[in-house]
Amino acid sequence: MLKIQKFELSKRVTLTCAATDKFKTGVLSVNLITQLSREDAAKNALLPKVLRRGTSTLPDMRSLSEAFDDLYGARIVPLVRKKGELQCIGFYSDFIDDDYVPGDEKVLERVTALLGEMLLSPATSGGQLLGEYTDSEKRNLIDEIRAEINNKRAYAQAALWRNMCADEAFGVNKLGDEKTASAITAHSLTAQYKKLIDTAKVEVFYIGSAAPERVRDAVSSALSTLPKTKADDVAGTEIRINPTSPEVRRFTEKLDVTQGKLSLGFRMGETMRAPDYAALAVFNAAFGNSVTSKLFLNVREKLSLCYYASSAIEKHKGVMIVSSGVEFANFERAYDEILKNLDAIRAGDVSDWEFLSAKRAVTTFLLAQLDDPQGLEEACFDQLIAGIPYTPDEYATLAEAVSREKIIEIANSVKLDSAYFMEGK
Amino acid sequence: MKSKSYELIREQVYSDRLDNGLPVYVIKKPGYYKSYAFFATNYGGADRRFKFGGEWIDTPEGVAHFLEHKMFDTEDGNALEELSANGAQPNAYTSTDVTGYYFESTDKFCENLEILLSFVSVPYFTKESVEKEQGIIGQEIRMTEDEPGYTLYYDFLKLLFRHNPARHSVAGTVESIAEITDETLYACHKIFYNPSNMALIVAGDVDPEKIVEIAKKILPTERGEIPQRDYGEAETSEPVAARGEKAMEVSEPMFVFGASAPCPVKGAERLKFGLTATLAAQIIGGKSSPLFFKLYDEGLVKNDFSAEFEATAGISFTAFDGQSKEPEKVFASVTDEIRRIVTEGLDDALFARIKKALFGRQLRMLNSEDAWDGFVRAHLQGYDTFLTAETLLTITVEDVLAFIREHMKPENFAMMTVTPKNAVNA
Repeated sequence: MLKIQKFELSKRVTLTCAATDKFKTGVLSVNLITQLSREDAAKNALLPKVLRRGTSTLPDMRSLSEAFDDLYGARIVPLVRKKGELQCIGFYSDFIDDDYVPGDEKVLERVTALLGEMLLSPATSGGQLLGEYTDSEKRNLIDEIRAEINNKRAYAQAALWRNMCADEAFGVNKLGDEKTASAITAHSLTAQYKKLIDTAKVEVFYIGSAAPERVRDAVSSALSTLPKTKADDVAGTEIRINPTSPEVRRFTEKLDVTQGKLSLGFRMGETMRAPDYAALAVFNAAFGNSVTSKLFLNVREKLSLCYYASSAIEKHKGVMIVSSGVEFANFERAYDEILKNLDAIRAGDVSDWEFLSAKRAVTTFLLAQLDDPQGLEEACFDQLIAGIPYTPDEYATLAEAVSREKIIEIANSVKLDSAYFMEGK
Repeated sequence: MKSKSYELIREQVYSDRLDNGLPVYVIKKPGYYKSYAFFATNYGGADRRFKFGGEWIDTPEGVAHFLEHKMFDTEDGNALEELSANGAQPNAYTSTDVTGYYFESTDKFCENLEILLSFVSVPYFTKESVEKEQGIIGQEIRMTEDEPGYTLYYDFLKLLFRHNPARHSVAGTVESIAEITDETLYACHKIFYNPSNMALIVAGDVDPEKIVEIAKKILPTERGEIPQRDYGEAETSEPVAARGEKAMEVSEPMFVFGASAPCPVKGAERLKFGLTATLAAQIIGGKSSPLFFKLYDEGLVKNDFSAEFEATAGISFTAFDGQSKEPEKVFASVTDEIRRIVTEGLDDALFARIKKALFGRQLRMLNSEDAWDGFVRAHLQGYDTFLTAETLLTITVEDVLAFIREHMKPENFAMMTVTPKNAVNA
């Protein structure tokens, strides 16, 4: 079993350590937990990018890069994650494990100190974040928001949430939108920075071979200047049980593409009143998130209707998306077939083979996370946000025990809310 | 079985060559939940013309990839489903020079390995299933045609190379795959999927002897002829054209530019050549090069800018790619930097730093399946990626300078750009 140790470093800061000597690199991530909102999303997304440009002692990218190179190519990358209606920002870092460093050099403490400095002691001028860095990263952020269109598959997914959840925080892009991004100044960004440093809950994760106490000391020291006051509460995620309107809403967009995309958005329904996450995962695998799923075998393979057709559940918000790539002429047929396959599960049409295959897909996925440092960090973080108190191996045991009745119950709880069609011009 | 220790990276590799010619590698990973198997044939999208049984054979674009799709069909059903139902996560890919089938599983590994080896070595196609697959792959081809990154890559290769088949999409075109029949597939399977032309690697907390035993039990025992490939006339270092451009639905121009390098030799030299080239690209435009900081400060490039070296199917090239409002300015800056380095030489401290960073980067890559795939793919080309860290330490400033001088001549650079079709965002 994975050994997890938690430390409350202050009222603000929690450190979660997963001890393992399987990897050649260690992972350290620092996350500030904030409420996702239309007004602040772009500012929050911009912050780690600006902080990553320079610190008080390493004020530009050149000096920072030299420091990273000297730490055997350690990486510190800005993090922006959307979990339900929370926007989590900070840094993800990975670096060569001390056991693999030639000679006696120690990398962990130096990377941790650098991470702390990046968060708490940025390059400033007159108490403000630098205008030059703010402007340049702002341009990059806007380009990144615009570049969503470059990947049609991801775009069709984002477009569904944007339309379906237009009046909910979940409809906000994790990077914010171009309009609010354009309005950011060094002054407004500094104010947001101070607010977050003073009030946001901070979650730190470490995965690697170092003794947890050693990590605790390094992190405590690196974050020692962070105010120790209690964090502001965040409202969390509003879960809507029912679709927005009784009729399924349809959204269409015309782009210059040769292949169509269809995204269907569902509310998970009553099942979200007391979510059984392991069962949701097994349902998802049986419906559309594995190669033994109904969508893969029937809609893609048997009917050759879509090049891809798969489902994904966002468990924090209690919504599900089915995304598919379809010829324009087949839109309506694909739409009907996807729903027909959901109806089949509702009616109890889940064979032993399908049911067992779905469970195995889930357990394999969960256990394999324990062999991948980045996957493990993501899993630990996700479970902390969802308030799931178990490690991936314990979670896998729960998935094994899910009943078929529960899967059918979930299928009956799911309701279609919206459909998004990407058409050609 | 032979066993080899790699001290610097703390890996232990067991290996054996079966009587049928198949090399088998096992990487011991104590404490891992999952085990991983990768079974590859030295056959990819570029292997379209070859000599077998004394005869030259021409095949349409996209056969290797088509075959990969169809191999999962078995007489009893579908191996993808069989493996998945057994808790494995299977998949496959076809690149320019290799087709690989793989899975990972946390349970019943040996049983799954038997399924993998069996379905890859026993073909089963029908006229109907091939026709149906033409529809599925046709959709896949059309989907990739909407992806600018894909277009950029292949059109760039067409600027650099005149003859090499790697210039064409691995998946082929809707027209070329229409020429593929069940007979084409059976013939190519027979030629390329014989164990002498393949390799197997397993990584996990497994017993190496047991892996060899399974491979011996499932696979054919006889050796096969290794086909001779024809990648076309030798390429020259001058590009076909200096520029190419295409308008697509993108938010801002995407570009890739670079120059071709010679066809890499086999063995240890190949590893050193590739690392020297990577260092050269990194020193010129990598994330901690002086030029990158300058371009980033000027807003000409972003964090997605990359400077890499690639070698495949008898060609190799350096490539600088990213997004920029002014690709020509980026192009000019990189080629100017090359001229400056050729005149002024390289800074020793910069060289040492970039080498140290590359050392860490190589080590990080060893955490993932990519490292295990890469190990096999390199062995098919006659070199050992687990010696990367050691080899890196032997490369000198002079080696890198020589590479830049000989293989990164600004006059041999070509650039492909994908520009926004609609000026909506301008």
